[in-house]
Amino acid sequence: MKAPTFKYLRAESMDDVYAAFAEYGDEAVILAGGQSLMPMLNMRLAQPAVLVDINPIYELSGIVLSNQKLHVGAMTRHVEVANAELVAETLPLIGCAIKQVAHRGIRNRGTFGGSLAHADPAAEMPACAVALDATLILQSHGGARRVKATDFFLGVMSTDRRSDEILTSIELPTQGSNHAWAFHELSRRHGDFALVGVAATAQRRSEGLDGLRLVVFGCEARPRISEVVASRTLVPQDVAEFAAAVVKDLDPMSDLEGDAEIKLIQAHALVERSLNDLLAAQPYD
Amino acid sequence: MTEMLSIKLIVNGIVVNKLVDPRQHLTDFLRSDLGLTGSHIGCEHGVCGACSVRVNGRVVRGCLMLASQSDGAEIETIEGLVESGDLNELMTEFVARNALQCGFCTPGILLTAAEIVAEDRCFSRQEIRNELSGNICRCTGYQAIIDAIEMVLIENMKKK
Ligand SMILES: Cc1cc2nc3c(=O)[nH]c(=O)nc-3n(C[C@H](O)[C@H](O)[C@H](O)COP(=O)(O)OP(=O)(O)OC[C@H]3O[C@@H](n4cnc5c(N)ncnc54)[C@H](O)[C@@H]3O)c2cc1C
Ligand code: FES
Ligand code: FES
Repeated sequence: MKAPTFKYLRAESMDDVYAAFAEYGDEAVILAGGQSLMPMLNMRLAQPAVLVDINPIYELSGIVLSNQKLHVGAMTRHVEVANAELVAETLPLIGCAIKQVAHRGIRNRGTFGGSLAHADPAAEMPACAVALDATLILQSHGGARRVKATDFFLGVMSTDRRSDEILTSIELPTQGSNHAWAFHELSRRHGDFALVGVAATAQRRSEGLDGLRLVVFGCEARPRISEVVASRTLVPQDVAEFAAAVVKDLDPMSDLEGDAEIKLIQAHALVERSLNDLLAAQPYD
Repeated sequence: MTEMLSIKLIVNGIVVNKLVDPRQHLTDFLRSDLGLTGSHIGCEHGVCGACSVRVNGRVVRGCLMLASQSDGAEIETIEGLVESGDLNELMTEFVARNALQCGFCTPGILLTAAEIVAEDRCFSRQEIRNELSGNICRCTGYQAIIDAIEMVLIENMKKK
C-alpha cells in the first residue's frame, strides 16, 4: 500500500499556496496533518497531481481569545486543542469531544482545520462546530470569505470550500455559565470514529433551556442542527417527546458500522442522555 | 521521472542527508534507506500503530507522514530510544511479565507508553487502555502491557 506519484510542494507562506493554486488549479491538494489524506493516498483512493504541504506556515496555528470568540488556526493540532486550558474553560464541549478524536499518535499530528475540511460525517469536530455556531475563514488570492459552519458542510466529505481556497482559521463564540452543553458518542473502541454521536448546546433561562443546538452525527451525510426542537423551550418533563421528535426527523445512512435502523435506536438513546445532561447542568437562574 | 527531494534531518542524534522520492513515507525511509528496521509496517493507513516514531518529541505514525516532510525534523526511533536508556524502566516491566510475544507491536507500544509516562500524572487502568487504543497487538491480549505501564507509573509516583 504505497502512495501514488505526485509532486510535493512545501509552502512556506500563503503566497506559496496561492501560487500553487494558480499554477495547478484543482490538481493541487492541501496536505495538513495528513491523518486522513495519507491513508487515502496509501490506499490510492486519492491521486492528486500536486500536494501542497502547509505544515511550515506557522501563522496558521494557535489559539487566541478575543471579543468573546476563540480563534483557532486551521493548522492547530488536535493535541494542542486537547491540552489548551483556554479551550477547556471557554468551550468545554470541544474540550470534551476532542478527547474522542482518534488516537494519541494521530492527535499529535492531525489538525482542527483538516478535520473540518475533510468533513467526515462521523467526525466530532464538524458536529461541534455546527453546534457552537462557528464561522470558518476561507482565503484565496482574491481575499477572505466567512462561512457559517451550518452552511459549510454539504455532504459526505463535501464542503462549500472552493478548490482555490484554504481554510485558515475558525471562530467559535465562547460559552459561559449561561450555557449548557452535552456530548455523547458510541464507538467500539476509544478513539474510533463515532457509530453515532450527539453534540449539543443550549441557553439557560429561568423557565428552561432555550436555543437548543443539537447535532446528531455519524448518522446523516452532514452535521446539521435539529430544527424540529431548535425554537422550543426544554423542560424536564418534555425530554422523551423532544428525543422522539429529533429521531423522527433523522434520515440515517446505513454504513459499515450499522444499518439505518440500528443507528436510529442508538441515536435515540444518546439524544435522551444529552437532553438530560443539558438539564442537569442547569441551576435555573 | 519523479523529481527526488533533498532532505536533511537528525535521526537518533545523527545528521542525515538523503534524496527521497516525494511519495515515500517516513517509516519506509527509515527502514529501507537507513536500515532502521525496528519501526514496523503493519497496515499503512494509520490503524495499527506499529510504525510509530517520535518526530520533534511527539509520537506519530510514520506511515502517515512523508519522508520529505521530515526535512529539518528531529526523529527518534526505537533503536535510538533503547540505546539512550529512555525506555529502560518500561522494558524491564515488559520483560518481567511477558508483555510481548511476537514483538511486532512492541516498538510502537513502547513509544506510546513512554509518552504516557512522560506526562507525569495519574492514569487509571481504563485511561491507560484508552491511550493505547491506537496500538494494536494481536498476541498478548493487552493485560500484561497495561500491567507493565501501570507498574512504571506507580514506581515513578513512589519516587516523588
Ligand atoms: C485510524 C484513524 C482514526 C481516526 N479517528 C478519528 C476520529 O475518531 N474522529 C475524527 O474526527 N477523526 C479521526 N481521524 C482523522 C483525523 O482526525 C484527521 O486528523 C482529520 O480528519 C484530518 O485532519 P488532517 O489535518 O490530518 O488533514 P489532512 O489529512 O491533511 O487533510 C484532509 C483533507 O482536508 C483538506 N485540508 C486539510 N487542511 C486544509 C485547510 N487548512 N484548508 C483546506 N483544505 C484542507 C486536505 O486537502 C484533505 O482533502 C482518524 C484517523 C485515523 C488514521
Ligand atoms: S503501519 Fe502505520 S499505523 Fe499501521
Ligand atoms: S506481541 Fe505480537 S502483536 Fe503484540
